Amino acid sequence: MILRLAFGSLMARALTVGMTVLAIALSVALFLGVEKVRTGAKASFADTISGTDLIVGARSGPVQLLLYSVFRIGNATNNVTWESYQDIANRPEVDWIVPISLGDSHRQFRVMGTTQAFFEHYKYRGGRSLEIGNGHGLDDLYDAVIGAEVAATLDYAVGDPIVVSHGLASFTHHDDQPFRVAGIIDRTGTPVDRTVIVSLEAIEAIHVDWQSGAQIPGQSTPVEQIRQMDLSPSAVTAALVGVKSRLQIFGLQRWINTYPEEPLLAVLPGVALQELWQIVGVAETALIGVSAMVVVTALLGMMAMIFSSLNERRREMAIWRAMGARPSTILGLLVLEAALMAALGALLGLALLYAGLALAQPVVDSAFGLWLPIAPPTGRELATLAGVIVAAALVSLFPALRAYRLSLSDGMMVRI
Amino acid sequence: MADPALTLQDVRFRWPGRASFGVSVPEFRLDRGESVLLLGESGSGKSTLLSLVCGIVTADAGRVDLAGTDLASLRAGARDRFRAERVGIIFQQFNLLPYASVSDNILLPLKFAPERRKRSEAGDAAKLCAALGLSSDIVEAKAGRLSVGQQQRVAVARALIGQPPLIVADEPTSALDAATQDAFLGILFDQIAAAGSSLLMVSHDERLGARFDRVVRLADIASVERLAA
Repeated sequence: MILRLAFGSLMARALTVGMTVLAIALSVALFLGVEKVRTGAKASFADTISGTDLIVGARSGPVQLLLYSVFRIGNATNNVTWESYQDIANRPEVDWIVPISLGDSHRQFRVMGTTQAFFEHYKYRGGRSLEIGNGHGLDDLYDAVIGAEVAATLDYAVGDPIVVSHGLASFTHHDDQPFRVAGIIDRTGTPVDRTVIVSLEAIEAIHVDWQSGAQIPGQSTPVEQIRQMDLSPSAVTAALVGVKSRLQIFGLQRWINTYPEEPLLAVLPGVALQELWQIVGVAETALIGVSAMVVVTALLGMMAMIFSSLNERRREMAIWRAMGARPSTILGLLVLEAALMAALGALLGLALLYAGLALAQPVVDSAFGLWLPIAPPTGRELATLAGVIVAAALVSLFPALRAYRLSLSDGMMVRI
Repeated sequence: MADPALTLQDVRFRWPGRASFGVSVPEFRLDRGESVLLLGESGSGKSTLLSLVCGIVTADAGRVDLAGTDLASLRAGARDRFRAERVGIIFQQFNLLPYASVSDNILLPLKFAPERRKRSEAGDAAKLCAALGLSSDIVEAKAGRLSVGQQQRVAVARALIGQPPLIVADEPTSALDAATQDAFLGILFDQIAAAGSSLLMVSHDERLGARFDRVVRLADIASVERLAA
C-alpha cells in the first residue's frame, strides 16, 4: 500500500517527475552508451586481427605500425626492402608471411597490395577467414577484390572498373591501367571492409612509369608489355607473420628487431593493442568521467526537484503524520520516491540505449567500422543501474531529512 | 463519574523555533463517550491544543493523559503509534491524499495502527461509506475527484475506521451551509455513538453547541502567551 501511495504521489506530479525521470534516463543512456561504444571499440579493435603472431615494418613505434598496417590509420615512415622481407620469410621459424603494400587509394578508400596468402592467413574475430561472397580472388594482374563497405558506398558490382589514385587524397590517377572488380568480400566489421585489395605485382605494374613519386613525363608503357615484365616488388610496407611454434615468437621478434641490414620493428599485435589502450586510456577515463558527471547532474536535479516540492507537500506530509506515520516514515517515503524515480529513469534509459543502438548500429558500422553488439545488459551495466538507484536514494536523504524536520515542526496542523 | 478519555493538567507548551507563541492549559477533561465542543477564535491556540492532545508535540510542563497514558512518558515512535491507535482526526479541509483512492485514504490509519487494524474487518471501509451516504462505486475513485461533500464523508470514514476511542475534529463544518452542517453532524454523531468514541471538536460557530454534551470556551480553559520576538 505504501509503495502504491508513493507511486500515486509521483503520478500526481507527473510533469515534474516525468522531466526528472527523463533527465535521469538520458544520463543513464549516455553513460551506458559510452560504455557500450568503449567496449565495442575495444572488442572491434581486438577482433580485427587474430592468429597473426608478429607484425613487421620499418622501425617506428609499435602503435604506429599496428595502426597503419592493420587499421589503415596513418602512414609508414619507411618501407621494408624486398630483400629483408625475403630474409624474414626464409627464417626457419616462419610458418607463413603476408606482404602488405600501402600508399595508393581509390576515392576515400585505401588500396592494399598483397598476395593470395592474405586471403589464406588473415583471420579476424577469433579465427574467422575472409569470404569472397561474390566473384573470385586475384586471378588476373588487374583484378581488385573490394571490401563490403567499398562496394556498398560506391555501389560497385563484380566486373565494374576501378581506377587507382596515386597516394592518398590525390588528384593523380593511374587511369592508364584500370582494374576490374573481381570479387567482393563479405562484411567483416574490420578495416578490410574499407579496403581495395590488389596483387603486389599490380602495385608494381601501375608504378612502372613512375619515379620518385611522380610519373615520368611522356612515358607510357603498354599494358601488354607490362604484363610480360618482372613485377617483383622492391619494397613492401609491412608484413604479417605466423610462426610455427608460439615458443619461437620472441626469438624471431628479437632477430627482426636486431636485423643488421635495415632498421626493422616486429611487434606482437596484442602487446601493441595494449599500448594503444594505455594511450587512449586517459581520454577513455575522461569520457567516462564526463558521462558519470551527467548522471550526477541528473541526480542533483532530482534532489532539487524534491527540495522545491517540499513546501507544496507539507500538507501531504502532515496528513501522513496525523494518520500515525512517524517522521522516519516520511523520510523513508521520500527516499522511496527518489528510488522509484531513479528506477524508472534507469529502465527508460536502458530502453533508450537499446533503441539508440538499434538505430545507430548500421550507421556506426558503416561510418567507423565499429560493430556495437546489441546484447542483454552485462553484470557491470546492471551494477551501474543499481548504483544509480542507490545514489538517488542517498542523494534524496538531504531533502528527506528536511522533510523529516518539517514534519516535526509542522505536526499535523500545517496551514498552507 | 465516567472514566476520562482525555485529561490535561497544568500543561504549558511553547513551539520550538517559534518562542513568541505559547499555550497554557491548567485543566481540561473529556470523559469516555462524551462529546465536547471547544469554541475559539482564530489564534486562540486551537491547533496547538489539538497537536498536544494528539501527541504530535509534547508539553513542556504538565501532563496530557490519553486513555490513562501520559503522552510525555512515551518515546516519539511509541507516541506516533499510540496516536494512530487511539485518535481519529477530521480536518477542516478534510486533508485526503488526492492521488489515493477513497479506500486507500480510509484504510491509511490502519497501516500504522495494528490494534485498530485488528478491530476492523474486510469491507469496513465500504460499510462506513454506505453508512455515511456514499455510493459504493466511489470506493476505488481517486479522492481528488470527489465533490466537497463526498470528501468530507470520506474524511469522517477515515477517522472512524477501526473505532478509535477519541475523535478529534478541527472545524469540519466551516465550509458548509447551515442545513448541510446539520445533516453532516447528524451522520457524524450517529457513527461516533455506534463506535462508542469520545468527540472533541473545535469550532468558532456557537450554533453547533446544541448537539454536544458540553460546550467549552477555549479562553476559559487555556491562555495564550504572545511574547515579542
